[in-house]
Amino acid sequence: MTITEKILAKASGRDFCRAGDNIWVSADVLMTHDVCGPGTIGVFKREFGENAKVWDREKVVIIPDHYIFTSDEMCHRNVDTLRKFVKEQGIKYFYDPGTPSYSGVCHVTLPEKGHCRPGEVLFGTDSHTCTHGALGEFATGIGNTDAGFVMGTGKLLIKVPATMKFVIDGELPKGVTAKDIILRIIGDVGVDGATYCAMEFAGSTIESLSVEERMTICNMAIEAGGKNGIIAPDEKTVTYVKSKTKKPFECFASDKDAKYLSVRKYDASKFVPVVAMPFSPDNVKNAADMKDFRIDRVYIGSCTGGKIEDFKMAASVLAGKKVKVQTFIVPATVEVEKALSTEKIGGRTLVQIFEEAGCDKPAPPSCAACLGGPVDTFGRSNNDEICVSTTNRNFPGRMGSKGSKTILASAMTAAASAVKGHIADPRDV
Amino acid sequence: MSHHNTIKGKVFVVGDNIDTDQIIPAQYLNLVPTIPEEYKKLGSYALCGLPDSHKIRYVKSGEFNTEYPIIVGGKNFGCGSSREHAPVSLGAAGTKAIIANSFARIFFRNSIATGEVYPVEIAKEDLSKELSTGDEVEISLERNELKIIKTGKVYKLKDIGDVREVVEAGGIFQYARKKGMIK
Repeated sequence: MTITEKILAKASGRDFCRAGDNIWVSADVLMTHDVCGPGTIGVFKREFGENAKVWDREKVVIIPDHYIFTSDEMCHRNVDTLRKFVKEQGIKYFYDPGTPSYSGVCHVTLPEKGHCRPGEVLFGTDSHTCTHGALGEFATGIGNTDAGFVMGTGKLLIKVPATMKFVIDGELPKGVTAKDIILRIIGDVGVDGATYCAMEFAGSTIESLSVEERMTICNMAIEAGGKNGIIAPDEKTVTYVKSKTKKPFECFASDKDAKYLSVRKYDASKFVPVVAMPFSPDNVKNAADMKDFRIDRVYIGSCTGGKIEDFKMAASVLAGKKVKVQTFIVPATVEVEKALSTEKIGGRTLVQIFEEAGCDKPAPPSCAACLGGPVDTFGRSNNDEICVSTTNRNFPGRMGSKGSKTILASAMTAAASAVKGHIADPRDV
Repeated sequence: MSHHNTIKGKVFVVGDNIDTDQIIPAQYLNLVPTIPEEYKKLGSYALCGLPDSHKIRYVKSGEFNTEYPIIVGGKNFGCGSSREHAPVSLGAAGTKAIIANSFARIFFRNSIATGEVYPVEIAKEDLSKELSTGDEVEISLERNELKIIKTGKVYKLKDIGDVREVVEAGGIFQYARKKGMIK
């Protein structure tokens, strides 16, 4: 069996399952946020009754993160709906905006707070829930109705996905990061190339990556249509998870004779910094070939590109340089925000480096402009801006107005582009 | 939604990779689908994120319902975010079926789980190139066929497959009740 099949077999109480089987699996964690939480609660109450209780108050994790710093009253009402539900149900894990428990972007919060553990099943009402496969678990995005079902029963009917394996071996050249790996893969298979499939990433390059960089890769599995991204846990994973939680967990790995739908092999030494041009994440070009493309702004943030390592990589490019375009810094979580003031490169904190380079003052942690949102959202494209962004999608209107354009890139390529005022290869800065 | 139905009406034609931001832009996600008046409002915004090159709006400005009960798309319809607001906004607007070459996984699943719209795949032909917005078609979900009214040409649709049981039950909750999973 593949690692995905093994985890799903365990979660369904059986010894074996294979791609194509439809099985009921038990959830270890159900995550929801302010955009889909109120609708999920609505479904839960409609179907199980006004006085129904969630199946396990310690397994429902609620992380408001999308529309937090806005004057939109409806958004505030939605967070209030979550607060009321948390109180009524005695939900243990709630990261409440405006209180010391607030954290920020759900997909960075979940691993930071120890909710991601190898061998488990995590459902979330957000498509980027696939991020957490980086820690060796099955994690996938679901809608409100399925989430309402899980909330009441702790179970969901799942079709076991076939697995596409991506083996990446060798040393990444300087200036090339996990974001470049996953954009290259999406460019190769297309935005629907992995539809309904598990995307399993393996090889010496993946092993050499940090847990955060592995998250960047699994985060974008959905951009190829994947059901889940997954990386077998190793020493790094175990050390990371044990530093976050005391809960026990089980590590799985694919068998040598596991059946794959396809196996693709990559030589990491041939990778280069890339960008995904408008309006699709699979419209991938070498950054060095796109120098003529002028830009108006740069955005560094989100679950894909707003982690502490992303900011360290951006700062390594920006140190001692000046940006030519407006550059937004949006840490994903409070923990990342704090680290901006403690992590240093060459004796300067990241915050100092960004300030000296002329970036805008870091915004408070949230999803912010990654998906546009209410018109007063920080960093939102409200006109015809062209933005190089470390986020995950660039379909029409993704970061706000229909007239705007988003170019997806790594934190290093985004920083290099900010310095040049056009798309740039970080090795040329 | 019932698979026994025949659906007849005008089509609204879109292309490949219609993502959920184009179906319902993120600024409207402050609306909660389970609140009736907000459900209705979601319908008024259905497909309003399509680029301005689409001269015809799916739902006319100031209205809540569409005159096109059938959407015809290319490949990967509904890609992007897991927001259930997407199939819900279409269902609220009066969409009955979506015919596409392929669907993104979560959108397909949300359509089935909610019972809001019926997602059907067409085998080989790219109908989004054969049809124009406003053309009339008739879909038989029983025979898995689509007929273009003006030409009489009939196309074979793919069977809904494994999820037929869920569709027949009327959604994930009804299916689970039928199976005795929940009360």
